[in-house]
Amino acid sequence: MEFRERTLPNGLEIVAECNPRAYTTGLAFFVKTGSRDETDEIAGVSHFLEHMMFKGTPRRSAADVNRELDEIGSNSNAFTSEEQTVYYATVLPEYQKAALDLLADIMRPSLRQDDFDTEKQVIIEEIHKYDDQPPFGAHEKCMAAFFQSHPLGNSVLGTVESVTNLTSEAMRSYFQQRYSPGNMTLAAAGNVDFDALVECANQWCGAWDSFDAPRATPAAVGGTTFEAITKETATQEYVVQVSSGPSADDLDRYACRVLCTILGDDTGSRFYWELIESGLAEYAGAGPYEFQGTGIVMTYLCCEPGEAERNLARIHAIQSKLEQDGVTADELEIAKNKICSHIVRQSERPSNRLFVVGNGWIQRHEYQTIQERLAAYQQVDLESIHRVLEQYPLTRNATVAVGPLTEIKAPQ
Amino acid sequence: MSNVIHSHTYDNGLVLLAESMDWVESAAFALLLPAGYIHDPTSHLGLANFACEMTQRGCGDRDSHRFVEDLDRLGVDRNAAVSAAHSSYGGATLATSLEGVLEIYADLVRRPLLPAEQIEEGRQVCFQELWSIEDDLARKTMRGLKERFYGNPWGRSSQGTAECLQQISPADIQTFIAQYYQPEGAILSVAGKVDWERLRDHVGELFTPWNPPGTVALPDTLPPKGYLHVPYESNQTQIGVAYTSVPYADPNYFQARAAVGILSDGMSSRLFTEVRENRGLCYTVYASCHSLRHRGSVLCYAATSTERAQETLDVMLSELQKLKDGIRQDELDRLKARLKSSLIMQQESSSARSSSMAADWYHLGRVMQMDEVGRIIDDLTCDSINEYLANHAPQAFTVVTLGEQPLEVSDGIS
Repeated sequence: MEFRERTLPNGLEIVAECNPRAYTTGLAFFVKTGSRDETDEIAGVSHFLEHMMFKGTPRRSAADVNRELDEIGSNSNAFTSEEQTVYYATVLPEYQKAALDLLADIMRPSLRQDDFDTEKQVIIEEIHKYDDQPPFGAHEKCMAAFFQSHPLGNSVLGTVESVTNLTSEAMRSYFQQRYSPGNMTLAAAGNVDFDALVECANQWCGAWDSFDAPRATPAAVGGTTFEAITKETATQEYVVQVSSGPSADDLDRYACRVLCTILGDDTGSRFYWELIESGLAEYAGAGPYEFQGTGIVMTYLCCEPGEAERNLARIHAIQSKLEQDGVTADELEIAKNKICSHIVRQSERPSNRLFVVGNGWIQRHEYQTIQERLAAYQQVDLESIHRVLEQYPLTRNATVAVGPLTEIKAPQ
Repeated sequence: MSNVIHSHTYDNGLVLLAESMDWVESAAFALLLPAGYIHDPTSHLGLANFACEMTQRGCGDRDSHRFVEDLDRLGVDRNAAVSAAHSSYGGATLATSLEGVLEIYADLVRRPLLPAEQIEEGRQVCFQELWSIEDDLARKTMRGLKERFYGNPWGRSSQGTAECLQQISPADIQTFIAQYYQPEGAILSVAGKVDWERLRDHVGELFTPWNPPGTVALPDTLPPKGYLHVPYESNQTQIGVAYTSVPYADPNYFQARAAVGILSDGMSSRLFTEVRENRGLCYTVYASCHSLRHRGSVLCYAATSTERAQETLDVMLSELQKLKDGIRQDELDRLKARLKSSLIMQQESSSARSSSMAADWYHLGRVMQMDEVGRIIDDLTCDSINEYLANHAPQAFTVVTLGEQPLEVSDGIS
């Protein structure tokens, strides 16, 4: 595997992990924009724009875009998070040029009014869908409770109201402020012809105007509220907790990921033994999320309402014990094994490497080989885990419960 | 594109399948046991699933803690599930750990501890699963649709009912395991960086002697079909539609699969275009082939706001009925590009290959080589698909909706 990079004169960075033995080629535009770059008036615009990018360009109608993506047999899609919007396609190597032609073209969309009006209905249906499904908004409500006025507390989907009121002019203006080539990375992985990729990118993206697309990264002061929201139709109680964690460029992020595996992995974790194997909860887990300038650990619980209060107390006791006593050397070894085995298996698919390579570049301007990534996890020791526990206490969290309960007591 | 696929049937009936993929570092396995939920006694619905849960609480000389810890140490990403015909266990790990993992799973099927003192914990796990589905409206709808389409026992859900779960005793679980965790009809499929001869000998040592008891076939009962509405207070109405198709083993299966592809594969497919792109009616809409060994169906799904649900169902049914008017060459060309591309992408995943081989063996009694599938895709023509559709037009729809209001469903409903 060979890593290659190039920057076009307008600032578009191109990075690729080239593996001539791979069966497929993954391509993606990573745009450094998401809900954290929105104001309340345009809440949900990043995600709505992501949908609109597939709705056609001066050269293609929406139907043309969909048809051509299928003609090249691509596995393609897009997603929006708090700080990234990513458009990707995995194809057979012979379709690299055609896939880039399409992806590059849709990065300069027409944003036509009639398409905007139709797609707005789809977005509203997507919001309704998430309102109807577990954890019934607990995730977003808890992010808002933890981050308070910090922009990472913004909802990715927005609300029915904010999306209804959004105009195509406001979307165009947002696009013109965020989709600068200097704020985007073209990433590739797998069987990539890098020289051809750069040549085509130059041809199709080289004329894009460059402008500043700054992002505010204020410090986050984590909220510690405890809230129960009643949803009478729910059968189970859903609880989300957010506490602070290492940011995207903090080397302690590896230790935090190992810690979360020990605490809340699907099997063999402390939550597993106390809550899952015993049948006290349907699900209990913990996972880190790293952002620019800050990070979080999110803890989830889903259980029968009658057991929710006691389960929260059990979770609190597990977290407190960890903070007090740390983890054992044996737990550390098993967790590292699990993570490393997972990384090796995931890395077999270029479509997975694509996200690791693109994400590493857009967040840290860094490329890490698979071996370097494995080594970073192997280096995690008891001391770094204890440092993470001390610096980012799990018990200091914002908690939101959604379910049939009208009242639920916070653990003491 | 194709590799050699090995198969071996041991004297006791267990079938071992393997594909060596020397370009990966991983190995994955799928172990299918003929212990599906069709064998749940009517008074003990959910028994196969409960048994599957209990088998993962220790085996051989490992107690439940050691069982989980040893698998974690081996870095296995694993799953277990119960379908109509099988209880299945699967996992993926580094190829160097595979032998150790198979040793544990051999103990799991042959020497499970089934600790009676943990029966209540196991029961609670099953209850949690049952309750969670109540909140997952899409799953709840599609569970209702399968039940209504396939009837008893093939359309059941693996979770059973709360009343039945309450009845199940440790002895019931032991009896079920003794009868259905057996080599006759069991398939172990392995894909990844493996050496065939070494694997065959090792599996032989692990899984023999292991003798089969007899099996019992269960009769089908006729389902009610037609329309069912489940009242539910929600923003969206969930819509499930099913109709009869051919099973995987049928010579016409790929014609049927292609017709469903025209409906639902990709962003230029008919359902996505007409329901979502042109009308903005919903976020999710799809149709997919579902196959038992002897029966097949097409299952369709959409969810949309209450006031737009009627139009969504009408457009879906109209697209299904339009299929018999024929498909176009450009649609087929796109579908072929997508199918061939997915076929090659499957070669990147040892997990995908191990599951696919096991499913082939169950349905066909052999594994289809990748280039054979490639040829079948090449040979599909508009004429062959249209001829199939002329004889198998989507009709007699089974419809299940869940939401605030029932819908009008008159045309073509059985």
